[in-house]
Amino acid sequence: MADIRRISVQEAVHGENDRIAEGVRANLTPRRIFMVNVMGAPGAGKTSTIVSTVRHFQENRPYVVEGDIESDLDARTMRALGIETIQINTGGACHLDAPLVAAAVEELSLDAKGILFIENIGNLVCPAEFTIGEHAILLVSTVTEGSDKPYKYPLAFEKASAVVLNKCDLLPYVDFDEAFFLKGLRALNPAAPVFKVSSRTGEGFAELAAWLESRARA
Amino acid sequence: MHEYPATLRIVEVADARARAAGARRVVRIRLDVGDASGYVGDSVHLYFDPCAAGTLCEGAELEIRRIRVKMRCRSCGDLFERIPLSFDCPACGGEGEPTRIGREFDVVSIDVE
Repeated sequence: MADIRRISVQEAVHGENDRIAEGVRANLTPRRIFMVNVMGAPGAGKTSTIVSTVRHFQENRPYVVEGDIESDLDARTMRALGIETIQINTGGACHLDAPLVAAAVEELSLDAKGILFIENIGNLVCPAEFTIGEHAILLVSTVTEGSDKPYKYPLAFEKASAVVLNKCDLLPYVDFDEAFFLKGLRALNPAAPVFKVSSRTGEGFAELAAWLESRARA
Repeated sequence: MHEYPATLRIVEVADARARAAGARRVVRIRLDVGDASGYVGDSVHLYFDPCAAGTLCEGAELEIRRIRVKMRCRSCGDLFERIPLSFDCPACGGEGEPTRIGREFDVVSIDVE
């Protein structure tokens, strides 16, 4: 009988994804492109958040990569506003990964300093597990989803660089316990700013845009 | 559902290491899978045989160690498993902070012959 030998491997299965993500970041940074990974549940208002934010940009051209399981509806919304947009259809996959994003980024002109939004698949679980080369993560949550979300999806809230709390115009009509939401968020992520916004009224997006532009400058 | 490409990657890593060591085949692959890794050990099992076909990993046994998520108390320093809808330490009531424990998704070692 042949000898059996043990070989120590100690390799993260995501290692290859993380290396590609690092390459994407290293490509974008010197071109003065600041990449924002936009995460949130389906219907949280990720597309609306991008649309409402870019209106307030003073010094950055917006670029968008739309990730969807199918359809190019969101990309058409962006292009109608004159925003250079690439659509990725994952055909069922639950998140974007670094190789998909690297290929999409290659298709964009990126010829002026700007902020590149990558709208991830609507899902609070898998997107949080994959780095895609972003400089910041924007997590879009809503008062209608409920205040327990940091407790149910801790990784997404932990990794967020900023939390956008959308649909705040509906606060009088829903039982959103803001103190409970913030207690959970702060345990996971003491530093991330929270922007209370409403895509319907436009409230809060000037502040979010200013924060993103200051991060892009840093 | 996203275990399929991950399982292909596991096979690729194990196969490459076995070849580099001049082995004839992989007998066993040890994986650490944390509960917060987003991966399910059973699903890796499900995809393993088709992914391993035609590689040095064909017929190998998968040994998966499941790792539970732990937080660390900012007050008393204890590591603890959280109770639902809370991040508070069950020992002292202090606020818990996230740790890396439970995020593992690693090929730990392989047995080859």
